[in-house]
Amino acid sequence: MSVKNELIPQASAANLTPEDFRQIGVDEKQSEVIQRESLSAWRDSWERLRSNKLAMAGLIVMALVVIMAFIGPMISKFDYQTNDLMNTNKPPNSVHWFGTDDLGRDMFVRTWMGARISLVVGLAAALIDVMIGVIYGGIMGYFGGRVDEIMNKFAEILYSIPYLLVTILLLVVFEPSLGTIILALTITGWINMSWIVRGEIMQLKNREYVLASRSMGAGSGRLLFRHLLPNAMGPIIVTLTLSVPNAIFSEAFLSYLGLGVQEPVASLGSMISSSLSGWMLYPWRMLFPALLISLTMLAFNIFGDGLRDALDPKLKK
Amino acid sequence: MNRKKLLVLVTLLLALSTVLAACGQNNGNAGSTNQGNAGTQSDKLAADQTFHINLASEPPTLDPAQSQDNVSSAVLRTLFEGLTLKDKDGNIVPGVAEKWEQKGKEYTFHLRSDAKWSNGDPVTAKDFEFAWKRVLDPATVPAPPYAYQLYYIKNAQAYNEKKITDASQVGVKAVDDKTLKVTLENETPYFLGLTSFTTYYPVHQSVKNNPKWAADPSTLISNGPFKLTTWTTGQALEVEKSDKYWDAKNITLNKITASIVDQAATEVSSYKSGQLDLAGQPIGEIPTDQIASLKSEVPNELTIKGIASTYYYLFNTTTKPFDNVKIRQAFTKAINRQALIDNVTLANQLPAFGLVPPGIKGVDKAYREENPDTVYGKEDANEAKTLLTEGLKESGLTKLPKITLIYNTNDNHKKLALAIVDMWKQTLGAEVTVQNQEWGVFLQNRRNLNYQVARAGFGADYDDPMTFIDMFTSTSGNNDTGFKNAEYDKLVKEAYSSNDNKARNAAMKKAEDILIKDNQVILPIYYYTNIQLVKPYVKDVIVDYAGQLDITRVKLMEH
Amino acid sequence: MVRYITSKFLYMLVSLLILITATFFLMKAIPGNPFMSEKQVPPQIRERLMEQYGLDKPVIVQYGQYLKNIAQGDFGISMKMQNKEVTGLITDTFGASLKLGLVAIVVSLVVGVLLGLLAALYHRRLIDNVAMVLAVLGIAVPSFVVASMLQFVFAQKAGIFNVMGFNGPLDYVLPVAALAAQPIAFIARLTRSSMLEVLHADYIKTARAKGLNWMTILFRHVVRNGILPVITYLGPMTANIITGSVVIEQIFGIGGLGKVFVSSISNRDYTLIMGVTIFYGVILMLARFLTDIAYVFVDPRIKLTNRKEG
Repeated sequence: MSVKNELIPQASAANLTPEDFRQIGVDEKQSEVIQRESLSAWRDSWERLRSNKLAMAGLIVMALVVIMAFIGPMISKFDYQTNDLMNTNKPPNSVHWFGTDDLGRDMFVRTWMGARISLVVGLAAALIDVMIGVIYGGIMGYFGGRVDEIMNKFAEILYSIPYLLVTILLLVVFEPSLGTIILALTITGWINMSWIVRGEIMQLKNREYVLASRSMGAGSGRLLFRHLLPNAMGPIIVTLTLSVPNAIFSEAFLSYLGLGVQEPVASLGSMISSSLSGWMLYPWRMLFPALLISLTMLAFNIFGDGLRDALDPKLKK
Repeated sequence: MNRKKLLVLVTLLLALSTVLAACGQNNGNAGSTNQGNAGTQSDKLAADQTFHINLASEPPTLDPAQSQDNVSSAVLRTLFEGLTLKDKDGNIVPGVAEKWEQKGKEYTFHLRSDAKWSNGDPVTAKDFEFAWKRVLDPATVPAPPYAYQLYYIKNAQAYNEKKITDASQVGVKAVDDKTLKVTLENETPYFLGLTSFTTYYPVHQSVKNNPKWAADPSTLISNGPFKLTTWTTGQALEVEKSDKYWDAKNITLNKITASIVDQAATEVSSYKSGQLDLAGQPIGEIPTDQIASLKSEVPNELTIKGIASTYYYLFNTTTKPFDNVKIRQAFTKAINRQALIDNVTLANQLPAFGLVPPGIKGVDKAYREENPDTVYGKEDANEAKTLLTEGLKESGLTKLPKITLIYNTNDNHKKLALAIVDMWKQTLGAEVTVQNQEWGVFLQNRRNLNYQVARAGFGADYDDPMTFIDMFTSTSGNNDTGFKNAEYDKLVKEAYSSNDNKARNAAMKKAEDILIKDNQVILPIYYYTNIQLVKPYVKDVIVDYAGQLDITRVKLMEH
Repeated sequence: MVRYITSKFLYMLVSLLILITATFFLMKAIPGNPFMSEKQVPPQIRERLMEQYGLDKPVIVQYGQYLKNIAQGDFGISMKMQNKEVTGLITDTFGASLKLGLVAIVVSLVVGVLLGLLAALYHRRLIDNVAMVLAVLGIAVPSFVVASMLQFVFAQKAGIFNVMGFNGPLDYVLPVAALAAQPIAFIARLTRSSMLEVLHADYIKTARAKGLNWMTILFRHVVRNGILPVITYLGPMTANIITGSVVIEQIFGIGGLGKVFVSSISNRDYTLIMGVTIFYGVILMLARFLTDIAYVFVDPRIKLTNRKEG
């Protein structure tokens, strides 16, 4: 500061008088004031997400599917379980908008009912997977060494136990219900997620900003949740958007083996698997549920991508 | 170079398959417009006599003593031959035995001299004695589950259950190499038919010291028209014509190759694309979803035949509400079986009201013809409602409690259960939920009476009503209903020990009356059919009364 | 290195023992037995069967006996497929699963990484969009739907391939396509997301600023770093593909181990369930082990002796 002051008079050579110069002074306190309105990290991400048109389109489609899954069955005069044996396997028409299935049940109502079940199963299972997976994987990757080794082995063993055995046992012990199916799906479902997170964290924990933070005395919790996990968000979100369809398809596989949802309730997956044996004859029985799954997944993925970009601190402008 | 070859191959395959596809379509069209065309097929045998079939499951065994399922018995029928055979029309004709005499409980079989094992050894009466005693021997590992099929033979059950230890007391004796003497416990009118059954097949005596003989083509010595050449678990099974077989001149096929695929849709696609010559039951499956279209597309290839099996629901007679007979009757009368068959099961099954299916022999004609099941009441929604009201009053209920119908995982069971539950709802206002259960869990629940209504199905083991009737005695392991009736037990016992077929049939008919008319322990739904796709150039596929497949005499015509 | 591998190996043995124990008791806890059928076997005969297979003894005794047997390398005889040894059944059927699985893994890796890399390099451009649409389709359509459609169009209608069977090289095409669709999509997205991150990293900028050849940067730095998440995924994916192709195998009539395993469970074929579980467990653990090793080789920042506490 003093150096600067001494330099100014020398400029008088250019016909400037010292009066022309007024010391505005740099107030050290002022320099710390943030000019822009303060945004929380979440708010900031939301702003960025909102400006991403594609992601917003995905969000809208997701919302529409969710809304339709809840009101869709009410629009039609049919219900999802009443048979009409005189009208089996009818193609889409003005009465049955999506046609009928092999028991003459209205496919429109059943498709949206199925979407409801699939969404509940998919979302619940995926969220539980991610919660357990992130915490477990984060701890494995962060602490490394012995802790990692033991936790990793535990996950490995759990992963190797035949999951059909577990599911059958669960269904014997508990009544078959949505809760049981979600439990069956999550019992091993989180492990993949934890491995992905573990890999990411192992890679990130030696980065400079982590070292810097550590040297400034940040604790393990802070390092993990403020620095490492947010930076691992990309792969986590990609895996999450995949966990939803995975859970939906796993449920379909369980249905295929007779361990999924109980009829007359159906899920999109169980509707597809029961239509497979005659889909070339009655394509609508597979088409509508399959389209809906694909559309939902498309929306999930596009939105997931947008979310990833929005949450990633490195892509900040 | 290689790539070029591949390209050529692909092109060729493409061209070939287009031609084949076109052919297939032509056949289909011709069939649907003019069914008579099927008869004018070429009379000349095809040059390549390789028959392609599919097995929906891996045969669990190829040891005749162990076989219990349709798939392994279909394969065994090509490999082995018993004392007798069944021809196209179900008549008993000579097999390894060229003739026999019967005197009361005693049978004497005279074996043909040219019967040979696939390794050239002669088939002797001793081989039969050895094989049958091996089935009964309590020391045989693993214990043959179908040993009870031999219990008609004198002392067989006692020996098998270790009540006697001396095997020579069992009523089967090789008098000499070519004469087999069999003494029965009681006079059994259907015994001769049993001698064509897999459990009664002879086995080569070399199997004594080799527990794994039946899993390996090199040690599986058989006496039938074919011999095993390949068996790769989960992949394929192949048998080739045996030139040692006594009737080899009448065997046209050179080879039978079987893929092992348990996807019904794949099986039918494969049949349509020409990879298979035969698809469907009893060794495979045709998806119900495709039956309607197959009926119009290939009517002369789709063969549907009634078989001696019954599909029914069991009531748990020990718990509410089905401890009341009127409620059981109400549920039985409240469904429309023909509507179910026409719209849900689709395979032209017959509506069932009794336990014993058509096709089972009675005294002179079929049992069901002599004792029609129409006497067991008919479907009547109004009567059902009245019965339900009365039944509820008798049980002191104001309305039906929560009811669950259980079935084992299978698309057809599922559809039928949903349709029936819906009918109950429409006619009786009953709220019944369906629950599918994994196979083992399902069986356990049924056996432990841990259910209210459960699916069941039963196929004939032998050509007599008894194979069905003795299922519901109070001591039977197959009676999963809690039904116990002293008179029923007495009638079954009577029929067992009677030497008079007429009296036996009368007793069994009385028993069936008690079971169905008086007590409605089961809810009969339909009598099964066997549904099959057979290419028009395939001749002489035999499906017997019980739905067992015999392809040993198949001929492939030029096509 | 030797110490590292030895310790890993010991861990593996202990895990295997725990896996065997857990599966054994789990399996015994579910209802049923290998000799159940719609037609009840007479009680006399059933008891004899139970005795012959040692199933009449208390579960804990059966467990001890089983451990003793496998310690001697005897995995027993299947209880449902009479006269067939468990080891024979596994080797007979695993071949098909392995061949199909390996081809599918290689295809998924090559196609997936390539798509992901292209998408990252041409971020927000046509190639990126096309690659991602393909990837999303791969994820969005269930594999058994893909399989049925491929089978109908290319085998039944067009007749280019066989509907079922697994003999010639042509028989690989459809099942591999159906099996690899989802992993390709997953790998492509994973690669893209991780490559994008690496491309924005400071060391890449530095390397470019230093004037390094772009190709060198791409292969020495970008791909090497960006491929790490894919390697993490490789372990589970290998296991998933090799052990989880049941439905695809069934649709195309390929007799793989997956099918044997599923049916062994519904048959309560105890020896076979245990045999396959151990076999799959070993494969999975080996796959994880190799993943860890691969990690060390690819990522210079991870040291084998990494014992740093947090």
